[in-house]
Amino acid sequence: MKGLPIFSKPGLTQALHHARLIRPGDWLVLVLGLVAVGVLITRFWLGERQGERLLIRQGGAVFLNAPLTRDLSADVSGPLGMTHIELVGRRARVLRDPGPRQLCVHQGWISRAGEAAICLPNQVSIEITGASRQYDSLNY
Amino acid sequence: MTVLTIESTADDHRIAQLAALAISLMWLEASLPSPIPGVKPGLANIVILLVLRQYGLATAAWVSGLRVIAGSLLLGSFLTPGFVLSCAGAASSLAVLALVGRFSARWISLVGVSVLAAFAHIGAQLAVVSWWMMPGVNVWASSPIFATAAWLGGLVNGVLAEQWLRKVKHVPTA
Repeated sequence: MKGLPIFSKPGLTQALHHARLIRPGDWLVLVLGLVAVGVLITRFWLGERQGERLLIRQGGAVFLNAPLTRDLSADVSGPLGMTHIELVGRRARVLRDPGPRQLCVHQGWISRAGEAAICLPNQVSIEITGASRQYDSLNY
Repeated sequence: MTVLTIESTADDHRIAQLAALAISLMWLEASLPSPIPGVKPGLANIVILLVLRQYGLATAAWVSGLRVIAGSLLLGSFLTPGFVLSCAGAASSLAVLALVGRFSARWISLVGVSVLAAFAHIGAQLAVVSWWMMPGVNVWASSPIFATAAWLGGLVNGVLAEQWLRKVKHVPTA
């Protein structure tokens, strides 16, 4: 290895400080590369996991498992009466529920994977699941 | 008995020597432990970059192709999924070299070329895994790791290659 010029002086650190080594195009590539890495990190690590399907449960059983791509409305009957659910534009919400505290109604729209609205008194829940991990986040 | 002689030119010899150098770097690298599975510095690409500058794209493509095929035979990965990934990475890197290699060394040195090629390399490999090998599995979730490794590895290889060029001075700068 002694004869190979890259292993002799000047070393890598000095090389980086060598003004003429890195050209304008190189700076552009390096900066754009860092931007690309940043975009990938925000998109895949920090980003919201995109929801893919709507899962409606009633009393522990799956009432409906449908893709978010098609709008729908559903009436699910529970012990207290009807829970009205709607899915519009990849978002879902509980429109009306007979429960006394209306928690699931006030939760509003849910659209990201893992989000859920639970109408406990009427034993109805809606949940958005992602593409890859469709585990049961209510019991998880 | 007929003796068949294949005439080899000086170019053939040079390509074989350079490919041997690239393969030995690949082999050296394969024997080193990697901190993250699948992440390698890609030292053999230093040779490809130097060949591009000194002998042009055609020779670089020959050396790269030989490196992939002969290297896989040496490592016992010929025609395995790893070999397919190796081909995909090498092909997309060469495409980048073909595009960016046209620009003057005054504007972009081997450092920029190397980083771009590294991104093309890992991009093609992730695409092959995602669409062909493991459809339905979100391999892009690990892309930030690979992109960071490509950026770093591309930078280091590019600086080494560029330094080598300057020291050896086979090619006038700019």
